[in-house]
Amino acid sequence: MRTLLAAFLLVLCPVLSVADTPGQINSPDRANSPNRIVSVGGALTEIIYALGEQGRLVGSDTTSYFPPEAEALPKVGYQRALSAEGILSLRPDTILMNDEAGPPPVLKQLAASKVRLVSLPSATDLDGIRRNIRAVGALLDVPGTADALLQTFDKTVADLTAVTARQSDRPRVLYMMNHGSGSPMVAGRDTSADSIITLAGGQNVVDGYTGYKPLTPEAAAAHAPDVILVSTRTLEQAGGMESLLRIPGLNLTPAARNRRIIPMDDLLLLGFGPRTPAAALDLNKRLHSQ
Amino acid sequence: MTTLTRRLTVTFQDKPEQRLRIILGGLGCLLFMAGALSVTVGALSLDLAQILSGSLTEFDQSVLFSIRLPRILLAATVGAALGISGAAMQGLFRNPLADPALIGITGGAALAVACVIVLAGTVSGYLGLYGLGIAAFVGGIASSMVIMRIARFSGTFSVTHMLLAGIAINAVTFAGTGFLTFLSDDQQLRALSFWTMGSLGGALWEPVLVCLTIVIPCLFVLIRKSRDLNLLLLGEENATYAGLDTHRLKRAIVITASLCVGAAVAVSGIIGFIGLVVPHLIRLLFGSDHKLLIPASALFGASLLVLADTVARTVVAPTEMPVGILTSLVGGPFFLWLLVKQSRLKP
Repeated sequence: MRTLLAAFLLVLCPVLSVADTPGQINSPDRANSPNRIVSVGGALTEIIYALGEQGRLVGSDTTSYFPPEAEALPKVGYQRALSAEGILSLRPDTILMNDEAGPPPVLKQLAASKVRLVSLPSATDLDGIRRNIRAVGALLDVPGTADALLQTFDKTVADLTAVTARQSDRPRVLYMMNHGSGSPMVAGRDTSADSIITLAGGQNVVDGYTGYKPLTPEAAAAHAPDVILVSTRTLEQAGGMESLLRIPGLNLTPAARNRRIIPMDDLLLLGFGPRTPAAALDLNKRLHSQ
Repeated sequence: MTTLTRRLTVTFQDKPEQRLRIILGGLGCLLFMAGALSVTVGALSLDLAQILSGSLTEFDQSVLFSIRLPRILLAATVGAALGISGAAMQGLFRNPLADPALIGITGGAALAVACVIVLAGTVSGYLGLYGLGIAAFVGGIASSMVIMRIARFSGTFSVTHMLLAGIAINAVTFAGTGFLTFLSDDQQLRALSFWTMGSLGGALWEPVLVCLTIVIPCLFVLIRKSRDLNLLLLGEENATYAGLDTHRLKRAIVITASLCVGAAVAVSGIIGFIGLVVPHLIRLLFGSDHKLLIPASALFGASLLVLADTVARTVVAPTEMPVGILTSLVGGPFFLWLLVKQSRLKP
């Protein structure tokens, strides 16, 4: 028992020393605008990087993995399973989060700590992204940079509209993702996958339901998509292109016959952040590559 | 430790009251030390001297009072609740393998929570904050009441019937949860799996106080029933001959244990292992007298969960581990070690 107690204390020692490391406090260079931000939500973190204000970030959640530097930020956990003390230990003055952040009791604990909480709705369309860019620009007190970012954004959107306006065909796309075991899930209406497919000049083959539903082999064959869009992670989990094409039902689709599977990163594709128009343009090119 | 307990037993053979007081005092000290350690350690480390002298910064103070203290109190309450209900269940079933999950509380709670997460969609306001907790409590109590009702169909409130009904109801609730998992989308699935792993991260003062007001009376009821539980160890028939109303006792035990576990599950999700092993450990160390077993399980369960939660919120700071994983991960091997050691001692 005594040795066990000693072992326990030994394990705890490094923990204590880690916890004792003091956080560095940046000297505030702009009055009232936040200088130590914890950003919760991949798209919001991307906006901060796109505005060139990443120096003010002291932490982010695990969904913030773009740009690659963002992965090096201290991680406060998954956006829906935050820990109040963990976030506060980074000594933020502002916590910027999307409306998916939670759980609610943790948000209440954070509110009690008097740190500024800013919650922005998750964007589901281009206007939503514009609104978030403007809001983050205003929060960081860099409206000029935000305007410049919006101009680039709008220019890419204009390019995209010009390209899609010229195209007469609208490829039929099926978006599929796999979380864990069981059948892959297929995106219906009112999903971010549906929005980006439409934006990229494609057409979601599923219009019979909203949200995500498990794939049934017969439905997959009946929908007969020209292209199957998957997240990179789903493709890896499935074990590559060959095994994906062997999923019952999928193997009967035109997409499988012509081997037209497009893997794209989840955050890029569904994140609805500053890269969305570029992602849609990229998707458009790949949809029309044949 | 075992030599110490043996010495305690020998020294106080004629004075069980005194032995009881010393053991409970020791466990009380353990809980106090666990609490003191837990207050100072965390993602943010606070100085005990500063806390006691009240010279914390305003920020540290708000962390201490609105996050850490309610959390430690919650860990202690939940640990105690799981410990005593485990002890009561093992006494009732006269089986060291019995744990609160047997009377269907965790299964029912998980099903109710899955219903809220998957079917109710996003709820906001008061319900968003406490909705899952309320659902877990109602679901847990409801399923244990169903099991109790089925056990009474036989006319005798049979423990065997209760056990079998518990297994059947658990199968049904887990199937229901599985079906809802199948219906859930990515985010709902994550919410659900985080809930089942158990965490004390959402400790706010209100649920902590509600939980305490349920658990403390239950603790006293169980302590009062400890003599009767001792009688029950003789077997149901013998206990009846000794003048014990076993039906009433069984009903009282099941109701109190359900209330305790229901309250615990509501605020913390499913935290495994404590309910099963804490009373077991106490029994191995100090014997199976319920007069000692119940309060000792409360104190030891509380200390153990406070310590486990301290580790859970420190090892991977600034994020945290679900404490339910940790209790099973550390507790399982420790328990095995103890079992092996005990069986070696016996010839």
